[in-house]
Amino acid sequence: MTPPSWFMALSAVLFAIGVAGVLIRRNVIVMLMSIELMLNAVNLTFIAISRALGSVDGQVIVLFVITVAAAEAAAGLAIIISAFRNRETVYADELNVMRW
Amino acid sequence: MAQLNLAAISYSWLPICPLAIVAVSAMIVLLVGVHVRDDESESLGALTLVLLSFAFMFTLGLLGRSGIAFAGAISIDNFATFFELTILLSVALVVLMSIEYAPALGISAAEYYALLLFSTLGMMLMATAGDLIVIFVGFELMSIGVYVLAGFLRRNVKSSEAAIKYFILGAFSTGFLLYGIALIYGATGTIKLAAISAALAGPLATNPLLLSGLGLLLIGFAFKVAAVPFHMWTPDAYEGAPTPVTAFMAVGVKLGAFAAFLRIFMVHLNLASAHWSWVLWVIAALTMTLGNLSALVQTNIKRMLAYSAIAHAGYILVGMAAAGPQAGGAILYYLLGYAFTNLGAFAVVIALERRGTAGDRISDYRGLAARHPALAGVMTLFLLSLTGVPPLAGFLGKFYIFSAALNMGMIWLVIIAVLNSVVSAYYYIRVIVAMYMQEGGAEPSPLDSRPALIAALTVAAIATVLIGLYPNPYMAGALHAFTSAFGAVSPTAALLVR
Repeated sequence: MTPPSWFMALSAVLFAIGVAGVLIRRNVIVMLMSIELMLNAVNLTFIAISRALGSVDGQVIVLFVITVAAAEAAAGLAIIISAFRNRETVYADELNVMRW
Repeated sequence: MAQLNLAAISYSWLPICPLAIVAVSAMIVLLVGVHVRDDESESLGALTLVLLSFAFMFTLGLLGRSGIAFAGAISIDNFATFFELTILLSVALVVLMSIEYAPALGISAAEYYALLLFSTLGMMLMATAGDLIVIFVGFELMSIGVYVLAGFLRRNVKSSEAAIKYFILGAFSTGFLLYGIALIYGATGTIKLAAISAALAGPLATNPLLLSGLGLLLIGFAFKVAAVPFHMWTPDAYEGAPTPVTAFMAVGVKLGAFAAFLRIFMVHLNLASAHWSWVLWVIAALTMTLGNLSALVQTNIKRMLAYSAIAHAGYILVGMAAAGPQAGGAILYYLLGYAFTNLGAFAVVIALERRGTAGDRISDYRGLAARHPALAGVMTLFLLSLTGVPPLAGFLGKFYIFSAALNMGMIWLVIIAVLNSVVSAYYYIRVIVAMYMQEGGAEPSPLDSRPALIAALTVAAIATVLIGLYPNPYMAGALHAFTSAFGAVSPTAALLVR
């Protein structure tokens, strides 16, 4: 059996890739995808811990997270579309009406 | 593998009555809203108010009760009830501000009020949560509603931009919060807050997995309460969002986020306070200083109030860094006063706005006292309370928090905080000077036809004065509410707290 720490390490790497994606990429849709990657990396952690501890809590949480992430993506894409209609851009750099 | 025993879950509906009422209310508003035209949506706002008052009365009935429900997923105590009542009052004021605002801007009212109520449900869920997953669900329920509300003026460039910025950074912070929950679950093997605090009594307190989990959780909450360095979204989101929504973000979201933040860190992770107290010390100092210094140069009143909200989050974090029941009670009192004062200030901003975001520059406030003395008078009241001038609510809130921090020996942090209060006086009083000693500026749209907004202003003004003049019942209530949260903590931990 693969030790849980391997899964934990994998999910930490995936999470870091997601964080880097949000920080580096300027396309809002790619940023949203990176956020989804972060959430799914966390799901992997939950499953790994759940298996290691032999408790079902983690698996139940994952179901919640998947549902919430779907709702979040739906609201997020709607917001992006509404901004695109106003500005015709999905690049974070170009959304700069408000600056101090 | 452990079996999920359904019979072991205690279904007790009483503690979740307020939550259920708000959830059902949101659906009622959605259903009724089908028959209401967007330009005549005052009736829908009134219905929302009635439903909120039902929830408020039921919540009042829960005062003094304590216990857990749904196998510890929901914990009901005066702490939760205090936050639920404050949140419901704040939302009612936000609805009052929106009643005339929504039809004037052609906002689709059914969705607007329903989303407000769903977000409220999320906030209340965070206040009553007994385990980390309920906190997560409440956090998201609150956030997703507010993301959409921020972009509700769909044809307004600023509004949709605010929504995008708030959404991306908010969802980003959710990732951190969730990873924190996962690591805490891994370190302690449980997601129940009470079990986590019991686990901390053992050698686990220095477990690296637990500490990194705490750090990530802290980042997630710091984003939501707009603490430096996780505050970058705040000014843009506050400026672009429709003003009642901005008020909702500045007060409601902060109440919900701080409810869970306080419960996790000051109550259940109290034993590990040596590990997080210094982090909050640094964050508090940065938040106050950066918030106040940036507010100095703002020309837009909503942006100025956004930086002021950041600074106020800093003052609250001073109390959190101090830890202990005295600081906890002070924070609850502070939040109560802050809610009314800030809602009042935003109500004045709404009164001066014409069609969306026009009229929200500070220069628009010039000469307001001559044209509309009452409006200028209440705005002065709110700004003085935000500055912390006695005898208003803001002064005593700061006083209690700072003295709690002094008692814990945080002299330097209190010095930074007091210096910051002095700095903040400059930009608050600048608006008062503009109102009373300068001329020109915008003509406010007549208030006579906006009874709901007048009601919101009156309630906020009376509460700001009352909470400041008669602090004792509120402070005693806040202190009692905060200490009641320790009831769920294991007996050994509770002993150490005293």
